[in-house]
Amino acid sequence: MKDDLVNQRVRAPKSQTVRTVEAIQYAKARGETVTLTVDGNPVEVPLGTTVLEAARKLGIRIPTLCYHDDLCLAGVCRVCVVEVVGQRTLQAACSYPITAPIEVRTHSPHVRRARRHIIDLLLSEHYGECYTCNRSVGCELQALAMEYGVDFFRFGRLARPRYEIDASSHSVVRDMNKCVLCRRCIRTCIDLQEVGVLEAIGRGNRTKVSTFLDKPLADVICINCGQCINRCPTGALRANDPTDDVWAAIDDPSKHVVIQTAPSPRAAIGECFGLPPGKALTFELNTALRRCGFDKVFDTNFAADLTIVEEGTELLLRLKRALAEGDKSVALPQFTSCSPGWVKYIEHFYPDYLDHVSSAKSPQQMFGALLKTYYAETNRLDPRDVVTVALMPCSAKKFECNRPEMCASGYKDIDYGLTTRELAKMIREAGVDLPRMPKSEFDDPFGTATGSGVIFGATGGVMEAAIRTVLELVTGTKIEDLYEHADVMPVRGFDGARYAELPIRAVGPVPPLVENLFADWDWLRGATLKVGVCHGTANAMKVMENIKAGGRFSQCHFIEFMACPGGCLGGGGQPTPTNPEIRAARANAIYAEDRSYEVRKAHENPAVVEVYRRFLTGGPCGPKSHKLLHTHYTPRGKYIA
Amino acid sequence: MTSPTTMGKLTFDAVSPGVGLKAALAQPAAAVLDRIAASGLRGRGGAGFPTSVKWSMAAEADEADKYVVCNADEGEPGTFKDRVILSEFADLVFEGMTIAARVIAARKGIVYLRAEYSYLRRHLESALASRREEGLLGKRIGGKEGFDFDIEIHMGSGSYVCGEETALIESLEGHRGEPRNRPPFPIDTGYLGHPTIVNNVETFAWVVCILEKGAEWFKSHGTVKSTGHKLFSVSGDCSRPGVYEFPMGITVAELLEEVGGQGAKAVQVGGASGQCVPASQSDRTIAYEDVPTGGSIIIFGPKRDMLEVARNFLEFFVDESCGQCTPCREGVPKLLEGVQMLQQGACSMAYLKELCSLGETMRLASKCGLGQSAPNAFVSIARDFQDEILGRTGFGRRNGSDG
Repeated sequence: MKDDLVNQRVRAPKSQTVRTVEAIQYAKARGETVTLTVDGNPVEVPLGTTVLEAARKLGIRIPTLCYHDDLCLAGVCRVCVVEVVGQRTLQAACSYPITAPIEVRTHSPHVRRARRHIIDLLLSEHYGECYTCNRSVGCELQALAMEYGVDFFRFGRLARPRYEIDASSHSVVRDMNKCVLCRRCIRTCIDLQEVGVLEAIGRGNRTKVSTFLDKPLADVICINCGQCINRCPTGALRANDPTDDVWAAIDDPSKHVVIQTAPSPRAAIGECFGLPPGKALTFELNTALRRCGFDKVFDTNFAADLTIVEEGTELLLRLKRALAEGDKSVALPQFTSCSPGWVKYIEHFYPDYLDHVSSAKSPQQMFGALLKTYYAETNRLDPRDVVTVALMPCSAKKFECNRPEMCASGYKDIDYGLTTRELAKMIREAGVDLPRMPKSEFDDPFGTATGSGVIFGATGGVMEAAIRTVLELVTGTKIEDLYEHADVMPVRGFDGARYAELPIRAVGPVPPLVENLFADWDWLRGATLKVGVCHGTANAMKVMENIKAGGRFSQCHFIEFMACPGGCLGGGGQPTPTNPEIRAARANAIYAEDRSYEVRKAHENPAVVEVYRRFLTGGPCGPKSHKLLHTHYTPRGKYIA
Repeated sequence: MTSPTTMGKLTFDAVSPGVGLKAALAQPAAAVLDRIAASGLRGRGGAGFPTSVKWSMAAEADEADKYVVCNADEGEPGTFKDRVILSEFADLVFEGMTIAARVIAARKGIVYLRAEYSYLRRHLESALASRREEGLLGKRIGGKEGFDFDIEIHMGSGSYVCGEETALIESLEGHRGEPRNRPPFPIDTGYLGHPTIVNNVETFAWVVCILEKGAEWFKSHGTVKSTGHKLFSVSGDCSRPGVYEFPMGITVAELLEEVGGQGAKAVQVGGASGQCVPASQSDRTIAYEDVPTGGSIIIFGPKRDMLEVARNFLEFFVDESCGQCTPCREGVPKLLEGVQMLQQGACSMAYLKELCSLGETMRLASKCGLGQSAPNAFVSIARDFQDEILGRTGFGRRNGSDG
């Protein structure tokens, strides 16, 4: 399966340092070891280990700035320099591979002076006041300055900003005055995500991180994933923050302000309050939000279940046309559409494949559409006075809720998208101590949710939820009888791109929910459902290229795409810092929450059943749901005006 | 554009192309390497890395694709000797590259030619074409079965840092010209990830001479650690500027005498990234073990303002720093500001000391040779011409308590 993906065409220019990593991995693969000493302490490490890794193994701290666990090596900030005895110059610990038994000194006078100078130099070109910076306290530059006891601006400081702030994008705001040119955002955009919107331009101290032709971010092919924000060490990158507008709505007595919370932020928001990663605060958050003044608190999982029913039905309809009616024009595999970063990615990079993308809106938007129609009607509210807020782990959701096609009810489905970080700020501002809040339930009528919605946050979650529903609808067999505890293990994991085959051995009667669409399932008997899962747009590109080349993934029926590495729990609106361990801890929290639900299948959610009975009377993919819950996409291509 | 004046006879004048290559083909690759090792030849670009060591490491690399790259990005201020070699002795350079290919078993060579020398391209292409016709490039060179090698020319785009070998390789690959992390070195992970040797134009030409005239002949000139002759580009306040060939180890005073630069206040050896040798130290030798150079000699007469000299060099580095690493990107402008403060008499002794200390950090902590050598001129002028540069301040010797 992995072989299937190698030797793919590389689209984005790889930033230069990738090869260094490969060279190191090559040496490691040979399994040789070497013993070195760090500050006099001997340690044996695999050949090719970096000095930084070796020091960490010994518990010796070497400060870093441009280094990031998720990214390829750069060695540009030089904060991590150490003395390698015998070398003429100091070496960057992050990128110095150990190939011989060397002696390293991590805090000799030369090293300490160099680090201090480097921090002083960075501060001299860093314009911005810590008091007014949203990254203050979480800022890595600030932390370094404190660690090294910087008590004055040795090389002066800038009196005025050098660059205009680019707030053109709904999702990402760039303030290059605070940029320290560590280039993590560039490596994120080019190497991790393979989107390639950001690159360095200019030379010397006129170097800056820029877009194509230095255009505003809104005018280039940025997919709004916000992964650059998560990896920026300073306040140079941030999400476009609507909290003032949300407060204004809350403070306006004529407005009915409702908020929906997605599972990923609930699993991560504790990190903003000093808790270790992996502690979900779902029900504490409900109380906190009510204390902040939100009128109702709903669970996005309800809409996630609705999405699964709609998207799963759409898949079955496509399969029926392809398999039962032999219609060759059906676009298969069907692609998921809940990741707005992925949607913008495919609009830019593979516009020819847009008919593969499920027309079902994302849970956030479906919920919004129902809130301004069904909910407003049943509660005798004027939809004009209903303000819908969504707590999402995502910066791209901000762009999504501002898409012109997302107001089928006559109103914006969702008025404001908040990231985990922004909501944490609001909660603090309200004087609420989130971790110590008593627990409380979600509000009705959307209170009941299933575990299927919860796992949307982890890579493979949408696919697993869809499989639970589709297989049960088709086979009439309880999913627990097919997969132990309903855990569809084949689609779980953190591999970048995964492929699984799920045999349909027997079929059952058509359930009432979809009996107006299907007469029987005979055409599926003995078929094998082939599915794919990938996360991070770099992997999405590999899968798309594989499909184009007629590879294994082109045989799939359904593929889940998530723009962010790790899925939503690693989204661009999540707390910083991020790294693989933190994301794995959040995933554990999400799967634990799934297991805590009694109902774990979307189509069994009583609230979903109720909505179809009372409001979406045409059933899944019926006329009413089509108007409100489905959308269309825009082929954007890569042409930049 | 005309070539700079060549002063006196050069060794290259008397070397006929073809002889060296024939000698190289007549013996096993290891024997060629031994002969270069015996000559003690060190890189003529200025860093002085032993050529034979570089080549033997590349030769040992067990890979099918290897590359020979000629660094013709002669960008060091005050250097123009490669221009003369490429204009008049291109055959020697190509022959040296072919010998290198034979030694390390490379199949492809690339000349990275600086953008400003694009006028030389037609001349070089025709030299390559005639070598191909003569069977000195292409398949089965010199009738040797399995020895296939050809050379192509790749134009630079005007960036100084692309003379740094890893930045040069980045540029060859079509990326922004920025130095890579080292290790791994190009001999291990070079062009397109393959073992690559990068040598200066002049180094290749000397290899041919060594194969024709022998290692002993080469070693009989120069010093023990810096063997052989070297070409120098001499400019500035002297009566006879031009390209000279001198033995390594020549003293600054001897050199000044040869070129008519007596009475100079200082000599910049090694270009902007080199050292500024004051007249008081004119007995110092130009050699890798003392004052190294890639060939640039700039002479400053008695009337030169040394602060202007420092300012000029630093402005150059402000423009040419690639902007990648902090010490170089932010450090050079701080040094330049310091010079401007000195010129206005507004730099305290304490701050000057701080800047010199910053220069030391830049030398130690920068990512590549550019940043490591960028503070050289400033630091040596601040050290050796303190009276002159502080003469303008209110904080000079009379107010020494400030320092």
